[in-house]
Amino acid sequence: MATAREIAEAAERRDIRQRWLLSAPALVVIFFAGIGPLAIMVVYSFLEKSGYGGVVWKFSTAGWESVFFQRDIFDDTLQFADAHLSIFWRSVKLSVITTFLTLIFGFPTAFFIATRPERTRDLWLFLITIPFWTNLLIRTFAIQEVIRNEGIANTVLIKLGIISQPIQMMFTDFAIMLGMTYVFLPLMVLPLYASLEKLDFRLVEAGYDLYANRFQVLRRIIIPLVKPGIIAGSILVFIPCLGAYVTPRVLGGGKNLMIGNLIELQFGQGRNWPLGAALSITLLIIVVAALLVYVRQASKSGQRHG
Amino acid sequence: MANAGNFSVRRLTGFTTIAIICFLSLYTPILTLVIFSFNAGTSIAIWEGFSWRWYERAWANEQVQEAALRSLQIASFAAIVATTFATMAAIATTRTRPFRGLTAIYAFVNTPLMVPEIVTAIALLIFFASIKVATGYTGLGYLLAAHTAFCIPFAYLPIRARLESMDLTLETAAADLYATPWRAFTRVTLPLLWPGIIGGLMLAFVISLDDVVITELVKSAGQETLPTYMLGQFRRVVTPEMNAISAVFLGISILIVTLFFFLTRKRN
Repeated sequence: MATAREIAEAAERRDIRQRWLLSAPALVVIFFAGIGPLAIMVVYSFLEKSGYGGVVWKFSTAGWESVFFQRDIFDDTLQFADAHLSIFWRSVKLSVITTFLTLIFGFPTAFFIATRPERTRDLWLFLITIPFWTNLLIRTFAIQEVIRNEGIANTVLIKLGIISQPIQMMFTDFAIMLGMTYVFLPLMVLPLYASLEKLDFRLVEAGYDLYANRFQVLRRIIIPLVKPGIIAGSILVFIPCLGAYVTPRVLGGGKNLMIGNLIELQFGQGRNWPLGAALSITLLIIVVAALLVYVRQASKSGQRHG
Repeated sequence: MANAGNFSVRRLTGFTTIAIICFLSLYTPILTLVIFSFNAGTSIAIWEGFSWRWYERAWANEQVQEAALRSLQIASFAAIVATTFATMAAIATTRTRPFRGLTAIYAFVNTPLMVPEIVTAIALLIFFASIKVATGYTGLGYLLAAHTAFCIPFAYLPIRARLESMDLTLETAAADLYATPWRAFTRVTLPLLWPGIIGGLMLAFVISLDDVVITELVKSAGQETLPTYMLGQFRRVVTPEMNAISAVFLGISILIVTLFFFLTRKRN
């Protein structure tokens, strides 16, 4: 005779088995067409490249070596791969600047939305959400149309007589930075808003009562209180910037590459799959590191967040 | 005290100005793009009168037709399958006592959101290339599978959010009234969950429709979607035809997002 407790335990086991079965299709699809192939990529990074694309199944660390080093053609010594390092440097530099710019512009915008009356707040938030969900390629294209030589910015400036020659903005680092700031701004505003919305303005008022000026209130009260939002927004902008592919390809042209374009190149003209795989893993490691920093910061701030 | 009357603790000098500049600069490029799609001339910066010619031209362009149709096919398939699987996973991972593996399922379903798209795209390129060699199959299946996978977390999140706001009392009541589990599900859970499912479906559809990077690297020859077709065209001299295509594309996305916004707002 089974006791009531045994029956309850069996029921619970059945319930848990059912929950696993229900989750299975999603897990299987994500495993095979999303995350699992990352493991194959790790294997490929340790193989030998084949001249026609693809790999030769022989162990080699050449792919990883050429992430940072290149062999001198004449005396076969290892040197730093300047081309790769400069692309890494450009990616990090542009991502940091973009994150900073989105913060400078996004913070006042989020503050503005959070201080609107309840009724109109949703509308302002909606205005930020729309660009967030519209096609990134089209928004990049919209920026391209503004800044190209025959684009609207140069045309207007020439018509006004301010400049006589169009300013070359396309295919520069400036263009990539401008494009990424434009494209990723909503990713900064949304988490900042979420933090600012919860801000207790009585604390701000207390600050003013104690003779703090506006700058002191901002620096000593508001910014420390919304720090989780600042960190979340910075991570949300920094990570897609670092892996950006479309924006630098469209606005940077063939010369101003970022990591994403360098990776893609190894599977096109470069025909160096192991290097491409190694570069991808390097990018992934940087991103995971950034996420870990975020998780630690978030849990330090006492936020309950996965 | 000249400004004592309108002093507000909710205001910081210059913030409103910056915010207005931000809103204007978010929308000006998009609006310019849409306006010049109606340009009678070939310029994207000098207005020469109103015309529908670029829309007619885009409509008649066979490459555009083909790419648009393929985009819609992939997005419909991916959104429906991803939403179905995401609904099942959401039901399995909510409203339960914590069990071993619960957090793992939740984390795994959301991992596609954390991996940079270019990295996923390369991993899929490598994996699918070896399947292509082994089986010889070069059809649309690869794109369908890849899109379904990255759409699942986007469908999962709104459905999960909806489920968490529903308690089990109604389902328990149904069971007390001798409803079978399946009947309780179709007559109680599903109708209550419906807004979440529709929301997830719409997000997944937009995400699939917009995808560039994974599609660009995974597609076989002759499998252009609208975004990859457009990416290829930007290198050339751009005419307002691209503006026309973009404007229609934007219109569809904005429509879906607006619907999603009102659908999810109503429940609060």
